[in-house]
Amino acid sequence: MYKVLCREMVVPNIHIMKIHAPHVARSSRPGQFVILMPDERGERVPLNIADWDKEEGSITVVFMEVGTSTRKLAYTNPNGYIPTCVGPLGIPSSIDRFGSVVCAGGCYGIGALFPVARALREAGNRVIAILEAKSSYLLYWENRFKSVCDELILTTEDATLGEKGHAPRILEKILKEYEVDRVFAYGCTFMMMSCSEATRPFGVKTRVSLNPIMVDGTGMCGVCRVPVGGKVRFACVDGPEFDGHEVDWEVLLSRRHSYIEEEVHSLKCYETDQFS
Amino acid sequence: MAIDMDRAEMPKQPPEDRIHNFSEVALGYNIELAIKEARRCLQCSEPFCVAGCPVEIDIPGFIKAIAEEDFRRSIKILKDKTILPAICGRVCPQEDQCEKSCILSKKKAPIAIGRLERFAADQEALEGTWALPSIADPTGKKVAVVGSGPAGLTIAGDLIKKGHKITIFEALHEPGGVLAYGIPEFRLPKAIVRREVEFLKNLGVGLIFDFVVGRTLTIDELLEEFQAVFLGTGAGLPWFMEIPGENANGIYSANEYLTRSNLMKAYIFPEYDTPIKRGKRVVVIGGGNVAMDSARTALRLGAEEVRIIYRRSRTEMPARQEEIENAEEEGIIFEFLTLPVRFIPDDSGWVREMECLRMQLGEPDASGRRRPVPVKGSEFRTPVDIVVVAIGQSPNPLIPSTTSGIEVGKWGNIVVEPATGRTSKRGVFAGGDVVRGGATVILAMGDARVAARAIDEYLKSNNG
Repeated sequence: MYKVLCREMVVPNIHIMKIHAPHVARSSRPGQFVILMPDERGERVPLNIADWDKEEGSITVVFMEVGTSTRKLAYTNPNGYIPTCVGPLGIPSSIDRFGSVVCAGGCYGIGALFPVARALREAGNRVIAILEAKSSYLLYWENRFKSVCDELILTTEDATLGEKGHAPRILEKILKEYEVDRVFAYGCTFMMMSCSEATRPFGVKTRVSLNPIMVDGTGMCGVCRVPVGGKVRFACVDGPEFDGHEVDWEVLLSRRHSYIEEEVHSLKCYETDQFS
Repeated sequence: MAIDMDRAEMPKQPPEDRIHNFSEVALGYNIELAIKEARRCLQCSEPFCVAGCPVEIDIPGFIKAIAEEDFRRSIKILKDKTILPAICGRVCPQEDQCEKSCILSKKKAPIAIGRLERFAADQEALEGTWALPSIADPTGKKVAVVGSGPAGLTIAGDLIKKGHKITIFEALHEPGGVLAYGIPEFRLPKAIVRREVEFLKNLGVGLIFDFVVGRTLTIDELLEEFQAVFLGTGAGLPWFMEIPGENANGIYSANEYLTRSNLMKAYIFPEYDTPIKRGKRVVVIGGGNVAMDSARTALRLGAEEVRIIYRRSRTEMPARQEEIENAEEEGIIFEFLTLPVRFIPDDSGWVREMECLRMQLGEPDASGRRRPVPVKGSEFRTPVDIVVVAIGQSPNPLIPSTTSGIEVGKWGNIVVEPATGRTSKRGVFAGGDVVRGGATVILAMGDARVAARAIDEYLKSNNG
């Protein structure tokens, strides 16, 4: 059992959870993920590691409530326990001294992007971060990013904070004006696809952290397969980070949606159980 | 005395009942049947059956004990050599091993060794007793076992008896490896796996879950604390056909399909959160035990029509005869000499049809089996809701990809010295599917037995 040290809703529908898992914390690196189970009946939920503290023996994840298992996680009591926390999984993010780097984050990807931006800065890069949200009340961790970036650009669809727009548009603007050596885009599948499309004409390598459905997460079941550069790759062991210009986004989007009906049904049953 | 040629059949759930539930199909011998079958054994002075067993069980010995109604002695003899009798009795391919070597198999009535092994183990469980083996004095040496599948459990049992301290590291949240995620409840109830694991814990074996060796800690880090490491990490990434349309929704690898149903309990969704698709028309591609397990799972999930498509003929099918018969009894349709060439998805990305070719058998290939060759112009299309690809898998890639100094073969398998299970890395041994690719539970156990001896010697020499 793993103790939940802290659990809070950081913005509507997005939660932060800090878990006592010293064995994971001690080996964690940017871009890796863990698999959590909310209880013995839950799904194995893959979540990027948003931060870790080796001394405290803790890891932090940021997740969006989408189905039954993430809802159960969202309702876990601080000081409660979860039965499974396994990791760190996946190949760490490709951190190097590139020069000038743009990190674009959206939605739950903002959490996942944070340690990547921090490591890039530590590696001696000039780091510009773009954080996007629909509206100001959905943005989080601006201050954390400020502390690890040379420049922070906020953008909201409704212009309630920062520039009106979204990450791909800002990316385009930056790439037109400045020399950028590398882009990291972490967010929902649609956002990462749009960012990759925005950078493609400029030929700037764009790394994305894919989030397909997983079951075991250790290279056994094959559900997380996605064509990258014309070859089938497995996000859990070959990724999760890939070259965004080579990912077959259509397949990824379609495969991600394969269980929507079941997810809705499961959630209905769960809520009937909980609230009737 | 005339030789009794009347091999006792094992009672089974009738097909019309069992296709609607996930309970065990084979019900096992009762005491009467077991004694009757055991008394058929000729007690050969030079028993061939023992030579046919990868873990060298004293087969005439345990059978004699059953014949004499001393069931406790019977299980004690079994546990001398196998840590998992309830499992082996169920899933070993006895017809190719011990029973094949039985002198009575020439008369087509070999002793039902597997059924008797199962009986002895189940009888012990029924009595609620444990036959605990004797354990040597502590040696102070520590061994890390990676993976709690058949190989890992066996070597843990063997080495703890030698007095070494054993810790098993398991990546998943349940013990058993393929016994938990792969083999369905109706063939191997999970309560049995849990009981065999409890037995090991009683012997003092430590078991750590949610621990991915290679990632959580590397092999080199483990070697700082443990004097030897055994890798029994098992199967890895599933093979696909590599034909157009294979990434469409509704196309599963057998690993995924079975893991969802068995490990994640998707067969009782939404009681458990993990879903599985329930299609009306299911096609399973492949001819091994995993294909049979997938097809029979699909049937129990409510499919109206389940077909197994295999590119060779019935004779070449690698699945156990018993499993093929069970599948046939349950109404699974077999289409031999058929090769899928593409999947056709609908507009929303779901597989709806598949195109196949008919095959004929040509000259024998490298495996000695006649090579299937396509029949020209034999393309045909068939509607389908769910496809399960059960054509095998590569060994698990995690350890080789995160560890330096471990030699791997062409297929990503860890290379070992066959007589010892030694890898190219000092203090590291391996066995089971990570070495063999896709094989059987008992072969993995046999590998573990070999490696256990080598590790024990290694630890007792100055090396350890």
